[in-house]
Amino acid sequence: MQRNIKIKAVIIVAVILVCIYGVIGLPKSKAELVANWKHNIHLGLDLSGGTQLVMQVQLQDAFKATADTVIERMKEELQKDGIPFTTIDRNDPNSLETADKIEIDVKGVPVAKTGQFRSTVSDQYSDWLLTPINSTDYKLTMKPTEALKLKQDTMSQTTATIERKINALGLAESSVQPTGRSDAEAELLIQLPGVDDPAHVKQILQTQAVLEWDEVKDGPYNTREEGLAKHGGILPLGTKLVPTLIRGGQQSWYLVSRSAIVRGTDIRDARASQDSTNGRWVTNFVLDQQAAKKFENYTSNNIGNRAAIVVDGQVISAPTIQSRISDSGMITGATSQEEASDLALNLRAGSLPASIVPEEERTVGPSLGADSIREGFRAGLAGLIAVVIFMLVYYRRSGINATLALVLNAVILIAALAYFDATLTLPGIAGVILTIGMAVDSNVLIFERIREELRAGKAVVAAVDAGFSKAFATIVDTHVTTVVSCLFLFIFGTGPVKGFAVTLVIGLVANVFTAVFVSKTIFDWELSGKRQVTALSI
Amino acid sequence: MELFRNTNFDFLGKKWPFIILSLILTAAGLVSLALKGGPRYGIDFKGGALIRVTFTQRPPVDKVRAVLDAKGLNADVQEVQGKQEDIIGIDVREDKALQTARQNIVNTLTAAFGQPANGKYNVNAGGADALANQLRLPLQTAGVSMNDQQVNELAANIIGYRTQHSGLVRNLDDLRSVPGVTPQVLNVLKQQLYPDSLAVIGVDQVGPKIGAELQHKAILAVLYALGGMLVYIAFRFEWIYGAAAVIAVFHDTIITIGLFSIFNKEISLTVVAALLTLVGYSMNDTIVTFDRIRENLKLLRREKLEPLINLSVNQTLSRTVLTSGLTLLTALALFLFGGQVLNGFAFALVCGIIVGTYSSVYIASPILVFFNNFMEGRKHPSASVSSAPRSGAPKTPAVAAPKASKQNVRGGAAKVK
Repeated sequence: MQRNIKIKAVIIVAVILVCIYGVIGLPKSKAELVANWKHNIHLGLDLSGGTQLVMQVQLQDAFKATADTVIERMKEELQKDGIPFTTIDRNDPNSLETADKIEIDVKGVPVAKTGQFRSTVSDQYSDWLLTPINSTDYKLTMKPTEALKLKQDTMSQTTATIERKINALGLAESSVQPTGRSDAEAELLIQLPGVDDPAHVKQILQTQAVLEWDEVKDGPYNTREEGLAKHGGILPLGTKLVPTLIRGGQQSWYLVSRSAIVRGTDIRDARASQDSTNGRWVTNFVLDQQAAKKFENYTSNNIGNRAAIVVDGQVISAPTIQSRISDSGMITGATSQEEASDLALNLRAGSLPASIVPEEERTVGPSLGADSIREGFRAGLAGLIAVVIFMLVYYRRSGINATLALVLNAVILIAALAYFDATLTLPGIAGVILTIGMAVDSNVLIFERIREELRAGKAVVAAVDAGFSKAFATIVDTHVTTVVSCLFLFIFGTGPVKGFAVTLVIGLVANVFTAVFVSKTIFDWELSGKRQVTALSI
Repeated sequence: MELFRNTNFDFLGKKWPFIILSLILTAAGLVSLALKGGPRYGIDFKGGALIRVTFTQRPPVDKVRAVLDAKGLNADVQEVQGKQEDIIGIDVREDKALQTARQNIVNTLTAAFGQPANGKYNVNAGGADALANQLRLPLQTAGVSMNDQQVNELAANIIGYRTQHSGLVRNLDDLRSVPGVTPQVLNVLKQQLYPDSLAVIGVDQVGPKIGAELQHKAILAVLYALGGMLVYIAFRFEWIYGAAAVIAVFHDTIITIGLFSIFNKEISLTVVAALLTLVGYSMNDTIVTFDRIRENLKLLRREKLEPLINLSVNQTLSRTVLTSGLTLLTALALFLFGGQVLNGFAFALVCGIIVGTYSSVYIASPILVFFNNFMEGRKHPSASVSSAPRSGAPKTPAVAAPKASKQNVRGGAAKVK
């Protein structure tokens, strides 16, 4: 008996020590203790403050861009090979679902050139399927395998670009990953804990940062309508109207070539700096070699013409080409240092292959998270104190026993969260509340059972033994039932439901240990020293 | 101290009033649900946005509504009790329109209740980095000797102060207590910054597609969980016990959702967490009672089922009252003092604990009695022994053949299927 208790006591102390170590480590100072606690206990975004975003990647953008490149190349190719055509154009799929319905229409290829045209296309554009519509017109559609590959590439590029942006912002603990929902292959889950300026971060992430140098055909116009009217309501082939940034409430429009001179997907570097002449903030960028060569070619042939710097579909400036430019340029017009450095950051991270649209956003400001913790902690503590006081009044000495078990339960729960690297969220706290409820219930069950046995006239030691063993069956049933339900919640549930299930299971396991094993050992210890126990404080 | 000792209430004798009450509550809830076209889902499930705005001095809620209405922005404004905060709900179900509406609302509120900027920078918006960038040059110009690192620290401290004060700096003079703010620095701050009197401290925005999916998944998860519990209890007891327990829990959930509809409360993800909690509590309660019934079936084999259940309920009464009472107290405190955000959560818990406690006695137990009577009436009108659970298989033939009765139950079960 005595030996048995000693072994049990050693096990309990060992568990306590392991738990405490898991939560606070081996701190040498108070500051270190707090730091270890913060390091080990991960608070969810709803408690720590931060932003969670579910972004839908607009894959159709990538499909359109790919088709545009193909069209450009095909035009050059056909011209080179001496195959005439009237137009090459594409359709305009506008939703995610229709992204892979992209089509390139080639019209007006003379019948005599059919064979040559077909062989050129099948040689050069093996990713596409060529279908004749009539003797002179053709339709190209993307092969399903290629479409799938393009989707996957777009998603991985988008993820990588967002990761670069997050790293550049210095948000160490953030993460980007697929949402993990089966039907949502175009969605990314972005978690940004501890961000103090979520709106700013979201804006940077969403900036596509597609930099283009476009040939200016005409403009500026004061309105879009004016631009249209000037061309009889129909824009010339291969051109588009692009608005400028709104500055001082003013916006104007330029008519530019639809295909860019240089598309700045490959920018070697970009930095914000202050213009020495007027003190304004600008963003300098350096193109990579390939783009630089193309640009040099164009500028040397077009001195005196205007080119527009377009970022994300907005004209930043439309300078006149003064001289041959090779690899570097400057984007002016930033209203603040922040604007200039944000743009530089986005250009450095690279452009997103497709725009991203927020589908879900949950932002908890740091002050709100702090309030939640404070209030939750206060309410939880008040509840716990009330329960403890009640147990002490109602069960007297044995109440101490129950209180110890309850506190130990909480310690094990927190330690398990730390060891499993689990995150504590608000629904997780709901799980903790249920755990505490069931822990109290276990103790009440046992104590009521012991009282019953005592009333039935059993001796103290026998009554305690009987009370524990009889209550044990009930405790196992209630706990296993709940664990079974948690299993299903964990498998089929989404985020918050999962968090609830995880904390609850940990709490329940801890509870069986504390309520049955620890509590019983304390009783045994209390009763073992005395020879004849006639009364139990319960 | 003891509250109950050897009680002998005839619980099942008074089952009908409670069963009728349950039916009325269920019916009322279902009628309300039918009239209102289903539960009132929060933005988590139907899509939309919730913006949490904090004010230095919260304007009257009518005024906030009027300002938004004047701009044609259809929004639902709720005050957060005990705080200078409003929660503004936008019921727009389309991603892009939602984004615009959200921006418009923030702009409108800022225009109506904010402070004029006068070319200064709002210290109550943006983060530490932006603030440091804003201050670096002016501090230098004013001749404050601070290196980059120190300016960053100063900005971080100011933002830290803001976080500790519910997200708002009320007055720049308050920043005097922030480390690094000397009178000289404070002068620069006053030249460069102004504290706006409101700030957005939280946003929840859910697209309609995700909402529908969350709803679907949450319902599925709960149904599977109920199924899992049914199987486990059927395995540990008898299948009718599992069915009775699950029916009781289902009854609790339906009544709680019905009460949400009657009181026009929204069902959000947090409420779903509370529903899961109450399923856990109610199941726990039912199993404790069932366990005692099973035990008594082994001890008192001659007893009829109904008095035996009464005995079991009486024996577990003090534990039921204690546990439910303690948890109810906590939930009630949360409901009364927990504030706006936890209100739905606490409401579900309060309803759930009350309904869940009495459903163990008045829903789950009567189902056992009804089933037992039904089986006896059909198969062996003379048999008096209840359905003994598996673990109660008899070792002595002395008592009135519970084994046979168990087989009857099995046979009955097969027929029922």
